[in-house]
Amino acid sequence: MLLSAPMPRAAAAEPVVPFRAAGDGIPAPLAGLAGDPARGRRIVADRQVGTCLLCHSGPIPEERFQGTIGPDLAGVGSRLTAAQIRLRIVDPRRLNPETIMPAYHSIAGRSRVGAAWQGRPILDAQQVEDAVAFLATLRDPS
Amino acid sequence: MNRALALAALALTVVAGVGAVAEKRSGYLDAGPQTRAMQDDDTANPAFLWVQRGETMWGERPAGADGRSCQDCHGDAAQAMRGVAARQPAWDAATARLMNLEQRIDRCREERQGQPRLPPESEGRLALAAFVGLQSRGLPMSVAVDGPAAAGHAWGKALFETRFGQLDLSCADCHDRQAGQRLAGNVIPQGHPNGYPIYRLEWQGMGSLSRRLRNCMTGIRAEPFAPGSPDALALELYLAGRARGLAVETPAVRP
Repeated sequence: MLLSAPMPRAAAAEPVVPFRAAGDGIPAPLAGLAGDPARGRRIVADRQVGTCLLCHSGPIPEERFQGTIGPDLAGVGSRLTAAQIRLRIVDPRRLNPETIMPAYHSIAGRSRVGAAWQGRPILDAQQVEDAVAFLATLRDPS
Repeated sequence: MNRALALAALALTVVAGVGAVAEKRSGYLDAGPQTRAMQDDDTANPAFLWVQRGETMWGERPAGADGRSCQDCHGDAAQAMRGVAARQPAWDAATARLMNLEQRIDRCREERQGQPRLPPESEGRLALAAFVGLQSRGLPMSVAVDGPAAAGHAWGKALFETRFGQLDLSCADCHDRQAGQRLAGNVIPQGHPNGYPIYRLEWQGMGSLSRRLRNCMTGIRAEPFAPGSPDALALELYLAGRARGLAVETPAVRP
């Protein structure tokens, strides 16, 4: 009987956790998780995980080949709050349905998803929080 | 009209024109100088190994009593096949569906030569397609998108503009709207199928448009269209129509 056991954290149980947007941000961390900037840097840098540098450039000099499609991630922590960064990763098409940037923590409206990826968001809640934590550290000098 | 206003209107017209009509650009122009040099010189282009094999196959009679070669029915490929690849895929009235060049080769082998089909992406099928394709080199892509092909073309356009896969991207997201930008280190081409089959450096080998589309689909973590399926043919037709006017480069070399 598991009824008396404490509820597992949503991030562990559900591929996509619910969130509440306010304005153009998501103020609360997904599932109340704390992000780790060091892990977040690895996620952002990894072409297969975060995939960020396929489209964006950023201050990650060891990754030589970076994209020119999205805005430069350098200074993003000065331009946007953590809440704004979070929504722009979780579901940027809420802000602009035409944007090429996919919703990284959503499986809604997907079609012909390959078998290996079905039912899974691009990033899980912990990965989102790690990426947010890292990106928030990318502040303009001064 | 006020002169400044007229100038402003003119400037707006020019800007709008530039935005609306992106010039068609072969992926050749987005490849590096070494890749272009390989394509420019037939003796350096690895695809010519397949072309030579295809030329041999064109003249080979299959074993059997009345085995006929391609040459026996079609004659000299330089004349008989000139322009054929530039018009594929095309509506096939007999089967009432779109067919691409490889499927026409399949049918000839089965129905005219009494031979089994060459498997998709097999060296022989690529070789024949490359040899036939070469006979259209330099001619403008000129596929028919009207008449009986119109419905497939419209469906192909819809597929091109539909977002697929875990990454939820459409062909148009990248190849219409971001062509010329860099995806990681690579320039995003407009995605014209004017050189297939191609020798792709990433493959270290030859491949069809179908194989290339499968790469794109798995790249966005989507289930690829089954090779030769109506969906695949519709997309191939839309791509060919989108490339109309570009010179056929078969066999092209691409990164």
